[in-house]
Amino acid sequence: MEAWSQVLSITLFAAAIRAATPILYPALAGIFSERSGVLNIALEGVMLISAFAAVVGSYYTGNPWIGVLCAIVAGMLTSLIHAFMCINMRADQAIVGTGINILGAGLPSFLLLKLFGSQGISPIVERIHEWRVPILADLPIIGPILGEQSPLVYICLLMVPLSWYVLFKTPFGLRLRAVGENPRAAETVGISVYGMRYAGVLISGFLAALGGAFLSVSYLAQFVKLMTAGRGFIGLAAMIFGRWNPWGALFACLLFGFADALQAAAQAANVPIAPQFLRTLPYVLTIIALVGAMGKAEPPAYVAKPYEKA
Amino acid sequence: MAKNKKKRTSPLMSLISPAQFVLGVFLAFVAGALFLWAFQESPVEAYSALYKGAFSSNRYIAETLLSMTPLIFGGLAVALGFRCGLFNMGVEGQIVLGGMAAAYIGYAWDLPQVIHLPLAILGGALAGGLWGAIPGYLKARHKIHEVITTIMLNYIVFQVAAYMIAVGGPMKADNELPVSPDVLPTAQLARIWEGTRLSGGIFIALAIAALVWVFLFKTRLGYKMRAVGFNAAAAEYAGIKPGRMMVWAMFLSGALGGIAGAVEVLGVHYKFYATFSPGYGWDAIAVALLGLLHPAGVVASAFLFGVLRSGSITMQAIAQISKDIVLILTALIIFFTATNQTLRPILERMVLRLGSKREERVSSQ
Repeated sequence: MEAWSQVLSITLFAAAIRAATPILYPALAGIFSERSGVLNIALEGVMLISAFAAVVGSYYTGNPWIGVLCAIVAGMLTSLIHAFMCINMRADQAIVGTGINILGAGLPSFLLLKLFGSQGISPIVERIHEWRVPILADLPIIGPILGEQSPLVYICLLMVPLSWYVLFKTPFGLRLRAVGENPRAAETVGISVYGMRYAGVLISGFLAALGGAFLSVSYLAQFVKLMTAGRGFIGLAAMIFGRWNPWGALFACLLFGFADALQAAAQAANVPIAPQFLRTLPYVLTIIALVGAMGKAEPPAYVAKPYEKA
Repeated sequence: MAKNKKKRTSPLMSLISPAQFVLGVFLAFVAGALFLWAFQESPVEAYSALYKGAFSSNRYIAETLLSMTPLIFGGLAVALGFRCGLFNMGVEGQIVLGGMAAAYIGYAWDLPQVIHLPLAILGGALAGGLWGAIPGYLKARHKIHEVITTIMLNYIVFQVAAYMIAVGGPMKADNELPVSPDVLPTAQLARIWEGTRLSGGIFIALAIAALVWVFLFKTRLGYKMRAVGFNAAAAEYAGIKPGRMMVWAMFLSGALGGIAGAVEVLGVHYKFYATFSPGYGWDAIAVALLGLLHPAGVVASAFLFGVLRSGSITMQAIAQISKDIVLILTALIIFFTATNQTLRPILERMVLRLGSKREERVSSQ
């Protein structure tokens, strides 16, 4: 019992926010892609490639922010391949996504050996340190939770209202959603279906890249083989649980982040449950959440359906 | 109309699938060579080291066939799921679980060989099958995309596997290593090639491939599954219950994954440990896709991936190129076969035009 009370503390909530970030990025990424009608199970692979690119950038320049920039370039390039196959070649979107994920497992490992002569992990690089936000950090309760986090955490949280605004309050967002719901009708009124889908997938690559960079040059300070550990997929589950809406995704990710932080804290406090079982918590919770969410949540009507120009 | 019918039976049509296979592999290797070249590695050196590592001695050839074995089972697992419209990404987890169950039956039960070995394999199949049926049920009952659930279930299996053989775990052997006790000789698959590790598992794999072909194309249940995969709404209209077919397809798919793990444990390692599969479940996806979801195609592409698996280890040793180049080649093969499917109608039209030209020539003579 004592161990459990040690687990539930204010630092747990701060850890939950940290753990939610690399899930929230791919969740938002998934929303943009799927709202435009492109199923995106490639996020895991995009995150891995970006995480590696971030480490490379930080290693050679000593500046982790340049690493983030490299991650964005790598992530968007990978997404460009994804978009080309899904949109122009009209290939099966689940299959292409799987190909990107396998590439995400192989490419960083190949380059690790090539660039650093190591297998599995990169050297330690300069990382982005936490910021202490003036006034916010001094507030009671909220301060210790939100006041001192990585800038990439703040950017992620800001992406939620921004994504919501772009998707639901701008003509661009309306067009993007139209293409995912009824591409034929959208094209009839002069919206470029291919253009909108490219935009959706590329924005998705941008966001997933930030998620990957957060893991490798902020949360940690190195690349570890397969370091995303399924977060790209958990993000997709959060997207579904949040009904393809940024606010819903935020809620779902906080829930998953809390589960993740809880299992880590429980392990540290020597709770009498095998650590392996504690580690299954986020995955079990993902499945339970999906059982609860589905039936009520409807995906965009034309997601995963290739479009042939009229 | 009659003309159309005649056109469809062009004998060249049956060559399209093998041609797609060869084209997909060829393009992937060309792209892979360009990739290696871009990173200042010699593609010639890499590919020849790969070839040497797969074929240059009896032991290497045996290792190639040994890697091919779980890839046949895994490829069949993915193909069977796809035939019913389901993407089973959980094969890796089903392999691990099947290996775990087979190892347990293999060391904990004392039985005569005629019962022990089949029972251990069956145990692996059942474990993988039941685990696979969960995403099938969740898809049928709750419409949850099977890609996410199968992946989540993978991570759960990996943790359970680590727990089983960790210190104090229920399957831990009485030694320093994180492994299970050795499987009793009565549950081991016999080695069939002197001086190598090759077991009879390869023949089981080929036999199961034939069985899956019969099941998919010659039985009512197989037909119903394919009908659901082709068009679930139409199948339902014809009186087939799509949900029930999905659960069955995922059960069988998972069972095939489970057998892959069982045969690997009983035929190669004789014990269970958490990382006995080097990612066969992921290769299996590419194996199935490259094999165009046909059991014969799966056997052919399992051979290719067996070559990549066994050859890459030697390649890393000789040419200092990461064996993970194989993953990059795998991704490329997936890309080219996925886009190949889009090109298929164009290929078909080309073949038809070729056929009709020849007909004209024959009739004008």
